[in-house]
Amino acid sequence: MSKKVLRMVAAILILAAAGMWLAMGANRGWTKTSVPVQRTDEVTGITVEDYQKRFVPGVDFLGAALLGSGILAGASFLFRKQQTQS
Amino acid sequence: MTNHTIHMKTKVHFLLALACLSSAALAAPETFDFKDPKGVNNAVFKLDAPLEAINGNATGISGTITFDPADPAATKGKIVVASPSLHVSNSMMQQHLLSDKCMDAAKFPEIVFEAKELKNVKTNGDTTTADVTGPFTLKGISKEMTVPVKFTYLKDKLDQRVPNQKGDLLVIRANFSIKRRDFGIMPGQMEEKVSDTIELTLSIAGASPQ
Repeated sequence: MSKKVLRMVAAILILAAAGMWLAMGANRGWTKTSVPVQRTDEVTGITVEDYQKRFVPGVDFLGAALLGSGILAGASFLFRKQQTQS
Repeated sequence: MTNHTIHMKTKVHFLLALACLSSAALAAPETFDFKDPKGVNNAVFKLDAPLEAINGNATGISGTITFDPADPAATKGKIVVASPSLHVSNSMMQQHLLSDKCMDAAKFPEIVFEAKELKNVKTNGDTTTADVTGPFTLKGISKEMTVPVKFTYLKDKLDQRVPNQKGDLLVIRANFSIKRRDFGIMPGQMEEKVSDTIELTLSIAGASPQ
């Protein structure tokens, strides 16, 4: 695997994560695996939040993607330059 | 005195006795069951944190309260929240919350508040406010607490929630806070990241079928 491939994968990873984060609401809190949906009882007036399973990426998701991408990009520097034969 | 007069007097006495009995029955304390078939009874908790407040709820509510609309100060009872029903919106946080490092829900499956004494009781129509004192038990630790509570007595409203079931409803709302360290919830740990204060909001309705 060449350094070029690693750098490309790193770039794709961070772009995909950022795109997904933006597309799913740009949540600036923690990642959620369920979201609250309010329901009110008409007789008593009590409101309850029921949780529905849904993935909403947060800033920790972006951070993890950035870290993964950084590791891949950093690993690409471990490859030596290919020496050209004269 | 004629026979007719004696008969009339007996009738009046009988009616008076009946009226006394029915008013006594109306004034009798009622026991409200807080296991809600509609699943709206809930306790919300909130802890401040720098990025985003940690909040969630618990819907596993049970318990009974004895409430007399004619004498709200005599209210007694117990509300139980099932610890395993605590829910937050992140599954990893949820696992941590219920684990032995935090709430230890397996070992301490119940959070209990027992109403033993009411003070500052004020009634306005169907609504009563009072400061309720009693032991609050969390993670096996009991502390005497006084909580401001609002009771709303909804007479003959049970059939609007449960068809063909006559009876009354009692709605209880309370807002209060506790300290993590008082109940052994990671005491002194991560206080710069998660506040020591837990804000609690209780919104529950109990039914007294007739």
